[in-house]
Parts: sequence; C-alpha cells; structure tokens
Amino acid sequence: MNRLAVLLLSLALLPALIGCSERDADGEVVRAPRLPVPVILELDEAGLPLPALLAESQVLFRGNGEEPQTLDPHLAEGVPSANILRDLFEGLTTTDPDGRIVPGAAIHWDISRDGLTYTFYLDPNGRWSTGEAVTAEDFVWSWRRVVSPKTASAYSRMLAPVANATAILSGQAEPETLGVSALNETTFQVRLDDPTPYFLGLLTHPTTYPVHRASFDAHGSSHVRPGNLVSNGAFVLADWQVRSRIELLRNMHFRDATNVFIERVVYFPFEDENTEFNRFRAGDLHWTYQVPSGQFRWLTEHMSEALMVAPWFGTYYFSFNLTRYPFQDNPELRRALNLAIDRDIITERVSRFGEIPTFNLVPAGLPDYEPPLPEYAEWTQQEREAEALRLYHRAGYSESNPLTVELRYNTSENHRRIAVAVAAMWKQVLGVRTRMVNEEFRVFLQNRAQRRVTQVFRAGWIGDYQDAFSFLELYHSGHGRNDAGYDNPSFDRLLEQIAAERIPARRRNLMVEAERTLLADQVILPVFTYVSKRLVDPRLKGWQENIMDQHLSRHMFLVRDRTTADAEPGKDTQADADVEPDNGD
Amino acid sequence: MLNFSLKRLASAVPTLFLLITFAFFLIRIAPGGPFDSERALPPEIEANLAAKYHLDEPLLFQYGRYLWQIVRLDFGPSFHYLDWTVNDLIAQGAPVSFTLGALALILALLIGIPIGAWAAFRQNRPADYSVMSIAMIGISVPNFVMAPLLILLFAIILGWLPAGGWEFTPSRMVLPVVTLALPMIAYIARITRGSMIEVLHSSFIRTARAKGMPEKDVLIHHALKPALLPVISYLGPAAAAILTGSVVVERIFTIPGIGSYFVQGALNRDYTLVMGVVILYGILIILFNFLVDLLYAWLDPRIRYDDAEIGP
Repeated sequence: MNRLAVLLLSLALLPALIGCSERDADGEVVRAPRLPVPVILELDEAGLPLPALLAESQVLFRGNGEEPQTLDPHLAEGVPSANILRDLFEGLTTTDPDGRIVPGAAIHWDISRDGLTYTFYLDPNGRWSTGEAVTAEDFVWSWRRVVSPKTASAYSRMLAPVANATAILSGQAEPETLGVSALNETTFQVRLDDPTPYFLGLLTHPTTYPVHRASFDAHGSSHVRPGNLVSNGAFVLADWQVRSRIELLRNMHFRDATNVFIERVVYFPFEDENTEFNRFRAGDLHWTYQVPSGQFRWLTEHMSEALMVAPWFGTYYFSFNLTRYPFQDNPELRRALNLAIDRDIITERVSRFGEIPTFNLVPAGLPDYEPPLPEYAEWTQQEREAEALRLYHRAGYSESNPLTVELRYNTSENHRRIAVAVAAMWKQVLGVRTRMVNEEFRVFLQNRAQRRVTQVFRAGWIGDYQDAFSFLELYHSGHGRNDAGYDNPSFDRLLEQIAAERIPARRRNLMVEAERTLLADQVILPVFTYVSKRLVDPRLKGWQENIMDQHLSRHMFLVRDRTTADAEPGKDTQADADVEPDNGD
Repeated sequence: MLNFSLKRLASAVPTLFLLITFAFFLIRIAPGGPFDSERALPPEIEANLAAKYHLDEPLLFQYGRYLWQIVRLDFGPSFHYLDWTVNDLIAQGAPVSFTLGALALILALLIGIPIGAWAAFRQNRPADYSVMSIAMIGISVPNFVMAPLLILLFAIILGWLPAGGWEFTPSRMVLPVVTLALPMIAYIARITRGSMIEVLHSSFIRTARAKGMPEKDVLIHHALKPALLPVISYLGPAAAAILTGSVVVERIFTIPGIGSYFVQGALNRDYTLVMGVVILYGILIILFNFLVDLLYAWLDPRIRYDDAEIGP
C-alpha cells in the first residue's frame, strides 16, 4: 500500500518533475527534438530523384486539420477535403508543385477567339481506378450533377460561368441544358456565358472533378466509402476510419502512375494543433496541417529545418458596417481608424508568424496582378497617426468627445489578441473607446450578414482561385458575403466590366481600378496577408511552397536519412540497382 | 422486483420523449444554421440545401418527421459529415468511447475503493492525509492539463507510448484511460472514505467488533458493503458520462469517440448528430440509474421495491 502512495505521489508531482527537466531559466522549453537529416537530393535529366536516394518505405503521413466533411468532390467544402480529393481525383487541369496550372485529365485545349468556348482534349491514357477509360461523357454527366438542384452542391458556383448554370441551379432549367457536350470519346466542350480568364484555374477545384457514374448509380450517397469509391487520380481510397485516419494507395491505373513515388498516403485528422505538433515531434507525421500558435520563436530556434512558412492567398482584415452609425457616410472616420493601427506591431508582436503587413485586400504574389498601394502605405507610421488624428478631429470627435465603437470577432485566442491590439492602438492614437464583443462562429456570421448590430468586425478571405477577382467580387452590392453593405454603383460597374473583358491587360487595369476604388472608399481595414505554416519532415522532397498552398502527394517522395545513406557502400547509383525498384520510364 | 423494473422502464418513455422535445427545439433556437459558412451561398443553392434536408418545412412538421424517424431508430443523415448517417457515426464512435470509458471506470473502481477504504481505516493519520491530498489534486487538475503532461512524459521524453491516435491496442489505450480514470479515482476514493468513516462509527460495526471479529473481516464483510452505497449512486450518472466519451481526451489523443460530437455537433449546428448523441446519453442515464436502484436493493437489505415485500 505504501508503494501505491509513492506512485500516486509521483504522478501528482509529475508537472513539477517535467517542469524541471524541460525548461530553462526563462521558462523556455529547451529540449530540442531530433530531426532526421536527409541525404543531399540529386535529380536525373528528367528531373526525377536518383533511385538510390529514395527511402525504402514510401509511406507518407500527413496531418490534415479537421475530419473532412465529405469525400464526394461535388459536395466538398474546406481545405481538409480538398487536400485528399486532389490526391484521389484529377480535374481537366491540375497544379505543378509550384502552383502553376498545368494540363491534368486534359492534355491540351483550344479557346475560341471570343473566349467563350473551351474545347478540352482528354488524355487517352486517362483511366479510372477500375481500369476503364475516363471519357468526355464522364465530365458531361459529372458537371450536370454538380449544378443539379437535387445534388445541392455548396460549391457549385465554381461552374457558374458555364452557360445556363445559374438557371439550372435555381430550378428554372433542366441540368441537360448545361453548356457542356462530349464531341467524341475524348473531346469535351464547354460554352461560357462570359469570358472567364481564370476558368482554367477553376478546373483544379474538386467541384469540377469527374465522378464515376456507375458507382454512383450502384451505391448512391455511399459511393464515396472505401471499396465503393472509384477515382481517376494518382491514389485510390483504401480505408476510412471517421476521425481517425484516411488511407490512400497508389492508383496503378493512373495515367502518370510511373512518376508517382509515394505508395501509400495516410491522412490524420486533428482537432487540436498541439496534438498534431506532439505527433510530429514523436516522429509519427511527415507533414502537419498547421503549427501551434505562439510557438513560432521556439520553432524557429529549434526546428527551423522543418518549419515552412510561405505567403498564402488570403487576407486578414476588419470591415466596417457602412449601413449603420457611426460609419455610414463617414469615410474620414473610417480612414482615421485605418491609419491609426500599426500593422508591423501586430505581425511582429501579436500574430507573430511571419505574416506580411498589408494595406490591400488582394494579396501580393499573383503572376499577373500588382495590387495598387494606397498613398499612405508609403508614409511612416508617425505620419499615418498624425493624419489619423487630424481626420478624427474633423469627423467631430476629440478627447472630450471620444468615439465609442464595438469591435466584433469570433471566439478564438488569436482573433482576441489581434482585436485587443487594434483597440489599444485606437485608444492610444485617437482616444477611441472600444467595446470588444466575441461571438461563437455561426452567431457571428449571422450578425455580420444581417448588418443590424455590427460596427467593425473581423473578416478574412482566402481566394478560391488564382485571380484578384475572387477577392474583389465580394464587394459587389449584390454579393452574399458583402457584410460591409458596400454599395457603390461605379464599383459594381467595374466588376461587371471585368467579368466581360477578355483582353488580359485591360482586365488587369480594370481590377486595379476596382481595388483602388474599394480602398479609397475605406470599406475595410486590412491587417496582414496570411501565411501558410507547417512542419515538414526534412526527408520529404518534391514539393514547393506556393501561394495557393496546394500540395499534391503525387509530386512528393521520401529520401533516405543521411545515416542510412552513408552506410550504403558507395553512392554510385548504377552499382546499386537492387536497392530500389526504378519507377522512371 | 419485476413489477418495479417494468414500471421504471415504462416511465423511461415519457422522460425520453420530453428530452427529445426539449433538445430538438433548443438547438433550433441557436442562431445560424448548419450550412452557414464564411463563403456565403447564393440564395438558390441555399434553397436547394434546405430542401434536401427538409429545413424549409415548418418546424413542427420537421419535429413530427423527426419523431417518426426516431421510432424507426433512424437518426437521419448528419448535416456536417455528409457521407455518413448519424447511425453510422454513432456505430463507429460508440464502441471506442464505451471501451475507453469502461476500462477507465474499472480502473477507477479498482484503485479508488481500496485507497478510500484504507484512508478511512487510518483516519486522521499521515496515510489518510496523503491519500486525500493526492485525491484532491486529482480532482483539481483538469484533464486538459493532465493529458498533455502524460504525453510529454511518456510519449515525447521517454518514448514508451504513442503520442495519440487510435487503435484497439493496449499501448494506444493506456494514456487516455489513465487520464479519464484519474479524477474518477479521486472522487471514488473521497466518497468511499467519507461513507466508510460513517459506517465504521455505526452500532452494528461496534457490535461486530465487540463479538471479537477480526478487524479484516469487519472491514470487508460488514463495513464495505454499506459503505459502497454512495459510490454506487455516484456511479450511475458518472458511468453514463464517461461511456459517452470526453471532448478533451478525444481532442488531445485524437480518439474517434462520440464525446466530441456533443460539442462539435452543436458548433456545426449538426442538428441530427446532436440529437443522436443526446438521446444516447439520455438512454444511458436512465439505464444506469435503473441499475443503481437494483444494486441498492442488493447491497442494502432494508431496501425492497415491491410493495408486498415491505416489512414492518
């Protein structure tokens, strides 16, 4: 019995014991994890890794955020679903490791001179995981399914540019009238309502993927279960344990199967970022979905070879409600609040993950779009603050008559800290009194959309496709997420012109003009450009950082640990033909 | 006894009906709906979704439809996990939660009762104080603190056990079971100690001792049984709670049980899933309270449920 007491006592003292061994004088965790050291990567003429460098086991373990809502590409929403679906399926176009849009299921295509007709020529080697050919008819049936009201696809607006899609979605036309047709077995033609220069980019989105009709007809809504799911991508679904793991195997019938190195991908859902971090530290994962907030400094000091941070196609900002007091018809006050916050302090001291301070809605980094900088972006912070104070006084507020404002955000530690910082800056520079309101996410969304109680509220947007329009369209007076209530006829007209414009240079200028208008009207208060951040096993190669943060497992491969490679007799690859079966053709 | 059991089971039906009704309307009162997202849906798509899930019908109509489904044991499709029905999700998650919960419960009983009894036996001596202090710590250290500490020690530093993830293997179950059991051990130890002290001071124990019975027999044969009564009444609701999983433990160890559905389901406005787990929880509470009553009768000879058997 005394031993039991000792055991219990030591359990009770566990926190203290761990505290001693794991922290230095500053309370910083000091124990550095052991990261594997990869061999130096060498590629052959075709750009493929030398076979001798590849690790014996090509099983990839990926952390993947929340449990995916669905694996039906036509119903899918959210990044976790999309990550898995990009491995399972392939659209007409796909992305390179660097995020460029490249041919996928279609090897090439023609675009008519008016930009309204796209003719896609499917890869004749395209196969379903059953070995059947992927045909133009498969795409016709799939796209009709997406827009059918019966399917109730949340992301069906991805196909909205296709002729008749909107009418079908609202039940005014039959799905058969959608502007798609199969000219023959491998030729798929699409007619659009408006020239849509980003259309090829939309085709990398899961909503546009083909679904295998025979298995859908046979299994109905359970066609996505393991054993039923037939896909045309680099991997097939092998197992799915809800909220535990999703396992994919290499698809032997994939049109480019010889260049896929990973044999098996295991996706793990995580509800807690610290749990995922622990699993990575324990060596259970090659790739995490995120990293614990607030650990940036420690990670850069101790795990810098694994920490990957890159600009992402998203903006964190606050928005004004333009339909209510005090911001209605008060652009100067909005501008004062916008100028009074110091974005550098927020990114360096508050969010602290290498986010990029910004004054724009559209993130920088698009190949064909340069966001227009407002003039105050080039001022010093002191100049901005002085101007803010001047505008604040002009709007009729002062120290004796301060503005009282409500700042609303959805419950999250990060949002709270950023909101506190913003409120403190307003207080310090202008003397504004801020009341912070935090709300559960769905309550928050509803309040934002109704515009009846909001004044200033948190917002954020990640672009769905690589085009500035995916941000600008939010502020069309009729857009469902225009929670600011922005209603500027000349801005709406610009958006409509952009939608109809097919000359790239003119379209670009119109978009710059639109963003400039939006910024000049002080609808939003941009804070920073999001970054994607994750931990990656140094042995995992073949992937690159890209602004859309899309990383297909088919491009990846695992290389050997340096220690095992050194143990290999000689690095001459020809001599080691027996080490690894060569996948190259 | 049979008569009593039948009566109890019959009274469970209206209880469950009330529970279902309250839960159904309460969750519908919460602002926002299952298909709200930061990506606003065009109105026509929203209408299609509402039609698909019958959310466009009047609420009373939906309620009737739901009751009719429940009668046929069909909990409907999940509004969030679109590929699964609530029946699928519970069928996959419940065995996991039940296994972990049952193991934690057994562990808690096996440790909690002996140390509680021991502390009572050594009342106001160092052994008593140390056991009760540890129990107090066990109660006050929340499992979201305990779980990461256990992971840090046993998975990251020592590397003996996996840092999380789920399979039906002992190595994956140890840490979550211990985390779940620790506060229960503490509760059970404290309750056992308290009631044991009371029993040890009662006259029938004095009689047993006066007869010259060995102290060990007094404890085990006479004192323990009545001392367990409060533990049993604590166990009724506690067992229902622990068997339906723990949000915190499931999050931290990535365990696919049903505990998270109570919270995630509510946050996602996954109406059917929330209803499913609430009904399951309700059934378990009713069932365990019933079992507790039966156990009472077995442990305490003064309690008899059938009218005819009540003695003078």
